[in-house]
Amino acid sequence: MVMEIVCPAGTPAALRAAVKAGAHTVYCGFNDETNARNFPGLNFDRAEMAEGVAFAHSHGSKVLVAINTFPRAGAEDIWHRAVDDASAAGADAVILADLGLLAYAAENHTGIRRHLSVQAAAANADVINFYAETFGVKRVVLPRVLSVPEIAAINAETEVETEVFVFGGLCVMAEGRCSLSSYATGLSPNMNGVCSPASHVEYQEEGGELDARLGGYTIHRVGKDEPAPYPTLCKGCFSVDSKKGHLFEDPVSLNAEQLIPQLQKAGVTALKIEGRQRSRSYVAQVVRNFRAAVDALEAGQPLPVGMLARLSEGQQMTTGAYKKTWR
Amino acid sequence: MTEPQPEFRPDAEIPRFPRLAARLLGRMPLLPLSLTLTAYARRIAKSHPGLFRRLGEHDHAEFVLDPTDLPFVICLAPNGGEPKVRLQRGRGNGTARIAGPLAALLGLVHGAFDGDALFFSRDLVIEGDTAAALALRNAVDDAELDLAEELSQMSGPWKAHIARALAFAQRRTGVHLTRPEEIHLW
Repeated sequence: MVMEIVCPAGTPAALRAAVKAGAHTVYCGFNDETNARNFPGLNFDRAEMAEGVAFAHSHGSKVLVAINTFPRAGAEDIWHRAVDDASAAGADAVILADLGLLAYAAENHTGIRRHLSVQAAAANADVINFYAETFGVKRVVLPRVLSVPEIAAINAETEVETEVFVFGGLCVMAEGRCSLSSYATGLSPNMNGVCSPASHVEYQEEGGELDARLGGYTIHRVGKDEPAPYPTLCKGCFSVDSKKGHLFEDPVSLNAEQLIPQLQKAGVTALKIEGRQRSRSYVAQVVRNFRAAVDALEAGQPLPVGMLARLSEGQQMTTGAYKKTWR
Repeated sequence: MTEPQPEFRPDAEIPRFPRLAARLLGRMPLLPLSLTLTAYARRIAKSHPGLFRRLGEHDHAEFVLDPTDLPFVICLAPNGGEPKVRLQRGRGNGTARIAGPLAALLGLVHGAFDGDALFFSRDLVIEGDTAAALALRNAVDDAELDLAEELSQMSGPWKAHIARALAFAQRRTGVHLTRPEEIHLW
């Protein structure tokens, strides 16, 4: 069976671009704190979501709605309404992380599939099977910290479909549990849907050097000819004991395109592309590239050589944890 | 029918506005140009109301769009859906500045380029309120604008001539003056 390409859409235009470029499935979110890409100018209002789902379905594509932040105490109804509205819009699945919200969806919307968000950080078969037995979860998005053999081991012990990231920004922390952004800005992906939010980002260029700051902290300083970084705290370049370097993670993008055959052998169902904050041009280019790759694999042909470096953060790419070659 | 588009090559140099033409443009009176661009922006506001809705809390920001190969900046005030455009010599002041070659800015508007990719490669520079700049980028990307089409539509009897001239200019310069279908980019 052809591996499913799951593509990001930050706007209705990006959704249409993804579908036209050959996405089997598109994931998106509402324009509020219920999804982990709550950035200015992004996401869908209720009417746009219903129109997006109708457009995708008319072209044979599916839509998954990410409601993957953690409800605030006393404000759970915002998250409950998001699940209700995703179901009413005709979405094919909701992507959830919070146990309470999973229970709400399982009890009130039996007709819509429940996928477990990467934000839940489910990284072994025991916990995945628990989610399946307790809340009827049909698919899990695996954290970006597992190697290919580890993914194969998980698939050998569960019937739940697995979805893995193959392209885009990397997040190497235990997803859903990282407080770095919160430390610097008071806002986090877990609670507010924003990691290193743009409202706290500042760039200053002096004499060719570019400073990238987050919440007043200088996260990067790059020379004239170096690629510009976004000041995500975990990808910062810091000086410690007179040594300068990327303490947590280099500012590079994941590209597991050439690992697709191994991921298929490991039992992976779906390949996820990160980037709801990116443009429709990015979406179209990346989707076409990956769709060509899975189609070639299915036809028994060699994988095409990609042209995605320019779209990558730091304009460099890595196979991330899949090959576990990090220092 | 879709206009022939400049070939998209990820590593290609972004075209620069010719220096002589930029110098001539710099001698033109900016007030009539500003008034024309304001009328043009208001037409776009009417045909794409979602663009200004998407700006949200930033719909009263002041954006300085700085085509680095032209001798002036474009100060854009969305003004809650009643946009004003003012051309100004010098750097201009605003909530956020987005600077890059004119061809990069036009390619961004038309969805031919990815904003993050242009930023990573430093073809595009952002200063000031990053959230406002991001909101504008995302709102414009969703609006699927075609500036050539908008210009043709407001050209009355000259519509066909303008469309032909812009298509010719696009072919000759390699600058994205019209909106490509994303499917044709690769």
